[in-house]
Amino acid sequence: MGSPVQPHGQSEAHGASNAKLVLIWCGLLALTGLTVALSGIDLGRWIVLSALSIATVKTLLVVNVFMHLKYEERVFRIFVIVATLTLAIFIALTFFDYAFH
Amino acid sequence: MSNHAPAAVAAADHHRDDAGARLGMWLFLFTELILFGGLFIVYAVYRFQHTEEFHLAARELDTFVGTVNTIILLTSSLTVALSINAIRGGKKILSAVFVSLTVLFALAFLANKFFEWSHKFEHGIYPGSPELINKPGGEILYFALYFVMTGLHALHVIIGMVILLVMLTMILRGSINQSSYVRLEAGGLYWHLVDVIWIFLFPLFYLLH
Repeated sequence: MGSPVQPHGQSEAHGASNAKLVLIWCGLLALTGLTVALSGIDLGRWIVLSALSIATVKTLLVVNVFMHLKYEERVFRIFVIVATLTLAIFIALTFFDYAFH
Repeated sequence: MSNHAPAAVAAADHHRDDAGARLGMWLFLFTELILFGGLFIVYAVYRFQHTEEFHLAARELDTFVGTVNTIILLTSSLTVALSINAIRGGKKILSAVFVSLTVLFALAFLANKFFEWSHKFEHGIYPGSPELINKPGGEILYFALYFVMTGLHALHVIIGMVILLVMLTMILRGSINQSSYVRLEAGGLYWHLVDVIWIFLFPLFYLLH
């Protein structure tokens, strides 16, 4: 997994270069601008969907690049997916309960 | 593999598991996800019940202040990520500067939040205020959630700021250095989580009007 010069067990995630980090930051700012601009337009009920979609894309950028998830071993991604699915199940079950009460 | 520096070999003998430490930090972050997740569920159900009132109440928040705070937090996430790259490259002072900048951004965020809340209090909007009690039920719920969720988030900003100050001390003392920086990575992970929570709080409270 790690580069050969790193002794076993030490930090070996390669991470993103400074240039890439700045690029991702620019992307995050652009998405913030987009979501603020969209809030000024009457999108009706689509506004919630568009705002949450943009927030999700921003989260994926932060989690994958800033938090180095895409440079970690696969087990990290499995953990994150399990945790996110757990929350999704909580949300889904709550709404089922609410809808059929 | 044969040309290891003696120090590196010594480090290899000493048991270390940085990936395990980072995984442990991620596990802790999942508990935070569930903590805020519960509040997001409450928000979702009440928004579903009181859609119109949530729309009206959101108009009382200042989108500009929310946007500025979003930019501040996103930038602070960048600086903490840059600090890890700096220490990895052996640039101790640069790393310390980036962590200090992150702390300053955290302070700026909290200052904005302070003025924003003060402004609300001056207009009689605070939990249990006579002004708020007379509003429709959905707006009361909206502001209750606003104060609880942004308040809990602000508490996390304060905790994150303290953690980053500890990291700064460790960098300056040299206990976080080029060959051992997993604690800074863990502190950074916590800080990014605070950013991610805000990425959702911002549209849910400021933009859906």
